[in-house]
Amino acid sequence: MEGLERAGAAIVGVAESDLGQVAEGMSVFDLMAQGVGRALDDCGLTLKDVDGVFAATAQSRLSVLGLCEYLGLDPPFIGSTIVGGSSFEYHVAHAMAAISAGLCSVAVIAYGSTQRSVGRKQASAREINPYETPFRPFMPASAYALAASRHMHEFGTTREQMAAVAVAARQWALLNPAAWEKKPLTVEGVLASRMVSHPFTVRDCCLVTDGGGAIVVVAPERARSLRKKPAYVLGCGQSVTHSSISSMPDLTVTGARASGEAAYRMAGLGPADVDVLELYDAFTINTILFLEDLGFCRKGEGGAFVEGGRIAPGGALPVNTNGGGLSYCHPGMYGLFLLIEAVRQLRGECGARQVAGCEVAVAHGNGGVLSSQATVILGTEATV
Amino acid sequence: MADAGKSPHRIYVEHLEKGELAYQFSPEAGKPVFYPRVLCPYTGSSRLEWRVSKGLGTVHATTVVHPVEGAPYNVALVDCDEGFRLMSRVEGVAPEAVRIGQRVRFKVHRPGGEEDPMPVFVPAEGV
Repeated sequence: MEGLERAGAAIVGVAESDLGQVAEGMSVFDLMAQGVGRALDDCGLTLKDVDGVFAATAQSRLSVLGLCEYLGLDPPFIGSTIVGGSSFEYHVAHAMAAISAGLCSVAVIAYGSTQRSVGRKQASAREINPYETPFRPFMPASAYALAASRHMHEFGTTREQMAAVAVAARQWALLNPAAWEKKPLTVEGVLASRMVSHPFTVRDCCLVTDGGGAIVVVAPERARSLRKKPAYVLGCGQSVTHSSISSMPDLTVTGARASGEAAYRMAGLGPADVDVLELYDAFTINTILFLEDLGFCRKGEGGAFVEGGRIAPGGALPVNTNGGGLSYCHPGMYGLFLLIEAVRQLRGECGARQVAGCEVAVAHGNGGVLSSQATVILGTEATV
Repeated sequence: MADAGKSPHRIYVEHLEKGELAYQFSPEAGKPVFYPRVLCPYTGSSRLEWRVSKGLGTVHATTVVHPVEGAPYNVALVDCDEGFRLMSRVEGVAPEAVRIGQRVRFKVHRPGGEEDPMPVFVPAEGV
């Protein structure tokens, strides 16, 4: 992003809250606070150090006020940009800007969702679009399905190729003790599952879980004195191309192209420099689209690219190493978990799923119906 | 403006009530605008003309929704010949038989009750 300095901030603390199906009665603020407490413990800071608070959730319109009240904070800087699942990648850029401008020094970015416990209908207010809602698309799946239909038509992408994305995610999830899904999955299993919105079966679609977490962002000078190895923000970029799927300029090209270019430019890096990719996989087509738009293969070649286990454990390009929104956790706005996993990979904390020699990680968030795209490139001390 | 006091959406629905699929045209941009608005997204101008589509279009994208209960149904994006795109559905064929590139013709669907009329499409061979 123009105006932000490469490595001008670092993520120093990360944590998930409880995930999956949380205890009865837990609120989104309980989960956010759990995440904040654990993320501060992770880096050795305390609530007294926090002077920047960012929050987003689908279940509270004034979420940052709720979190400040809960934590007993009156911070000089707050933010609650909400652009769906990509909100937290925006928050990183905004926290970085605020830190650079001296508006805060220790920012926490938090998320919480109880959508599995309370039900999807309770978890987010229904929005009526008079030009779409009367046709009863099953949102958001049908919007992504329409984009997938176009990708299949233009480039010959197959359901089997999309299923390969879900299979790879599942293989990674089996290496992650925190993942929701615990059983193997095959391409045939994906195709034979219940159809939701053609070409997607339920296994092409993200999970519906509870969950939350938090990350801590500080200036680089401060980062070096803390408990864990910092993950420096080398680049970030954002793009908003539309809100409703009928207004998406090109159903096969997402704003990830622009957000990625901006992030690469700021980082002075390109796709070949990236060791691990965390891509927002709300649906299997997402991973294919983002691999193309972020420059890992050419437009239209994403389907073939994901075949043969290339993005699975042991493949040439590690993608969604926690198991992704498809198999690890998806409480509705998954973007925070991309950042958490990217940081853990850079620190070397990932156990069985750890990617060897991980120095540069991309966390790419997606919001709405391919509407908002936000790329964050993180790197170890060696990359600064 | 002759329709002062009416929202863009109200004007759109009134056209549908007459059996017409209306859209806006921005003379300064030289482009159609859909959905209807008060400001042109290409120029920022409030000068937007109402036009009525000839009602012919091509299926741009298609899906079949499989509800947990009830029959599967089609949802499509249709590119009208005048150059604007809208969400709709193709009726008169099995939902899975709707094809990208298929030519379709507008017709108005009147759900009745409190619901506004809706633009739907049927196959239009050879046009």
